[in-house]
Amino acid sequence: MGASNGKLKIGHDTMIQALKELIKYRDLLYMLTLRDIRIRYKQAVMGFAWAIFMPIVAVGAGILVKQAMSVVSGQPQDPHGIMSIAVKVLPWTFFISSIRFAVLSLVGNSVLITKIYFPRAILPLASTAACFFDLMISMVILTIVMIVMKLGLSIHILWAPVLILFLVLFTTGLGLLLSCANLFFRDVKYVVEVILMFGIFFTPVFYDANLFGRFKTFMLLNPMGSILEALNHTIVYKQAPDPFWLSYAGLWAMVMFVIGLSVFHNKEQLFAENI
Amino acid sequence: MSCAIEFQHVSKKFKKGEKFDSLRDFVPNLLKSLTQSGHQAPLKSHEFWAVKNVNFRIEQGEVVGVMGPNGAGKSTILKLLSGIMSPTTGKIHINGRLSALIEVTAGFHPELTGRENVYLNGTILGMRRREIDFKFDKIVAFSEVGEFIDTPVKHYSSGMYSRLGFSVAAHMDPEILIVDEVLSVGDVAFQSKCAQKMRELLKGGATILLVSHQISLIQSLCKRVLLLDHGQLIKDGATDEVMPFYQNITFKKNEEDFKNKLKADQARVDINKDLLIDITNVSFQGYDLTLPEEFKSGQPLGIHISYKAKREIVDPIVIIDILRSDGVLCCSLNSKESAMALGNISGEGSLKLIFKSLDLVAGIYLVKISFWDREMIHAYVVHNNSLLRIAADENHRMNNGVFFPHAAWTIEEAAEDYTLIGKTYK
Repeated sequence: MGASNGKLKIGHDTMIQALKELIKYRDLLYMLTLRDIRIRYKQAVMGFAWAIFMPIVAVGAGILVKQAMSVVSGQPQDPHGIMSIAVKVLPWTFFISSIRFAVLSLVGNSVLITKIYFPRAILPLASTAACFFDLMISMVILTIVMIVMKLGLSIHILWAPVLILFLVLFTTGLGLLLSCANLFFRDVKYVVEVILMFGIFFTPVFYDANLFGRFKTFMLLNPMGSILEALNHTIVYKQAPDPFWLSYAGLWAMVMFVIGLSVFHNKEQLFAENI
Repeated sequence: MSCAIEFQHVSKKFKKGEKFDSLRDFVPNLLKSLTQSGHQAPLKSHEFWAVKNVNFRIEQGEVVGVMGPNGAGKSTILKLLSGIMSPTTGKIHINGRLSALIEVTAGFHPELTGRENVYLNGTILGMRRREIDFKFDKIVAFSEVGEFIDTPVKHYSSGMYSRLGFSVAAHMDPEILIVDEVLSVGDVAFQSKCAQKMRELLKGGATILLVSHQISLIQSLCKRVLLLDHGQLIKDGATDEVMPFYQNITFKKNEEDFKNKLKADQARVDINKDLLIDITNVSFQGYDLTLPEEFKSGQPLGIHISYKAKREIVDPIVIIDILRSDGVLCCSLNSKESAMALGNISGEGSLKLIFKSLDLVAGIYLVKISFWDREMIHAYVVHNNSLLRIAADENHRMNNGVFFPHAAWTIEEAAEDYTLIGKTYK
């Protein structure tokens, strides 16, 4: 059911055209995001509490881990430590739930893919956008908590939106890539699930990369690690982010987004017959 | 008039059988092929052409029917048209906003209300939100869903569900509309509304592609028909010209199915082989000897029966019944009534029955031949696995009714009109 004005030539076209097509269908992206949000909040009795349920549990787990570490090292926990857990857990939960929903977004909407024409990238994009909505809600709550706790702000917090943008680009690109992979190989979702489940141990979420001393670099090579650490630095420790790791994360985000979009676009034509 | 749709040498290949759809299969195979260095390439899955070298051009404002038996490639062509799939080779040009009434409720989500689904489905079909705002009241009025528009659609009846879906799709105001057997949505009143909507679109200069098995629907709406079979476009022309070809294809398919069924039945009956007389062969001979399998309505037909009697049978009676494929007995001919005495028969022999003109409409018929004793109390043998297919031709398009009489219409003189009526009612 492709609506197309003017000449439409079906075949391989460039990524620019893919982006143009996505912009043309922006209302669909909005409606599908709204659908995902509505369904999530309609079915759950808890309503909007759903958005903060997982972050709260994760923050609780993080505090427990920190507490254990402070008991072992004999140093008391400081409020900054707790705060940095919250600051890192929220983007992390956004990342894992986005990837989880995006991976299933194509296969879960197989009826739409085999029956109706529209740019298929809308499906993983919408599920990521719905998760971003959850992130925004929990971020607002976090901001309120920070104000109440009088932790203070600095000019460096202006880096946060840039870092969030990197996070969103990276997540979106990876989500596009994995949703496409899961369509062709149905067991990709199990592999992804395992990686997401244990990824938290390989990423500085509950702990700081500094803990590893000179092996810190290895923690930051993980783009999620460098993004989360930079967020922590700018928001909690009120420092400017390390320029090298900032550009490293930015490069990852761009490259991942472009690769995700172009691979997705190249394989898009094969979806209907392979799903 | 300018071109709305153009297919240039379009082909689409599909794979049959299993394919690697998991990493668990793919990775070991990849490793194997790497280590064995192409020693033995894995068996290529079987490929086949769902659509093969199809060429056609549809002008703006045309209403074209697409027909063909199951598996002819109709759906594949629709999917290629709407951009869901891309052709393996060839080019497709589409000029105008295209909308397909294929699965009108595909975008619905059961948890959302009617209102939310109108917006969701509308944007999936390619409408803008502003456009839906503007048309919302018309869509709801057309669907007859009324006050239930704010109820989740999971509580809708299936009729309301599909009416709402159709209503959204119908209000897209497309320049090219693809309709795939969806006019069967809703009650009679709603169907006529749908037909009305289609006529409106037509008046607005829309191009319509209609896929249906309903001959009467195609005949009433389309001037041109594309006939597909086995992925190929075998006929493209005026509806009246193409229709007999379509009918003959479906008849041939039915005949094959029927034959297979009869064969299966035959195997079961064969246990009782100890018959006094056996019908060894039945054959039909048509008017045109160059086409031994083409029989047409209104032409002569001969039925040859070869038999073999194991011992002498006194004065048997032969009955030939012709039954339509749905079991209606069309005619029954009896050798006794036609005053032909067979006398006593023994050994091999043959009989022939000639119809001067077989006035049956086109279709599949079962010819049942039986040998009876003189008193017609029991049958020696019943042979009922001969099929007769009467093909449709250009002159006998309709296959309604049972028989096709030779009748001619004339227009009477105007002056005699009233006297005729007067006579009848006197």
